[in-house]
Amino acid sequence: MPMAAEEIETMIRAAIPDAHVEITDLAGDGDHYAARVVSESFRGLSRVQQQRRIYDALGGRMGGVLHALQLTTACPQ
Amino acid sequence: MTDDARARIDSTVNGNDVVLFMKGTPLFPQCGFSSRAVAILEHLGVEYASVDVLQDQGIRQGIKEYSDWPTIPQLYVKGEFVGGSDIMMEMYESGELGQLLQDQGVTTAH
Repeated sequence: MPMAAEEIETMIRAAIPDAHVEITDLAGDGDHYAARVVSESFRGLSRVQQQRRIYDALGGRMGGVLHALQLTTACPQ
Repeated sequence: MTDDARARIDSTVNGNDVVLFMKGTPLFPQCGFSSRAVAILEHLGVEYASVDVLQDQGIRQGIKEYSDWPTIPQLYVKGEFVGGSDIMMEMYESGELGQLLQDQGVTTAH
């Protein structure tokens, strides 16, 4: 069962409350998404550490029910 | 992860300067993310070893634990995990990936 965009956003924001989350449904099929997550809490972390925080927020769904999520992380400018 | 899988991953990661764990092969990638990772390495003109995780369930599961990273592809340079395809793309576009390879003494064509 694929995940809805709102569900992805809710899970990320639950773990990273200040996160600004933009989700794009790439193929319009509810299964291929791009997410851009901006959070002050990423400052000082490597890209790998930033993305691990998103993966942790998604509680093991990444690579499972959530196959196709392009992920970009950044700190606020 | 089995000891066997860990030993084989260790030997691949440490025995090659640049290794891409991917779905499919560089000529026939089986997933868009793996395809993108291959394209980046080809653009950089770097020699790399590739491992098709679809051919080996032990490595397919083991590599995710090995790096504490839930998705494939995964890039390693000189034994260090660099990231997945999104991080590769960001680092490629900013020039950091080329720089990293150069700093690590890996020959690139560009």
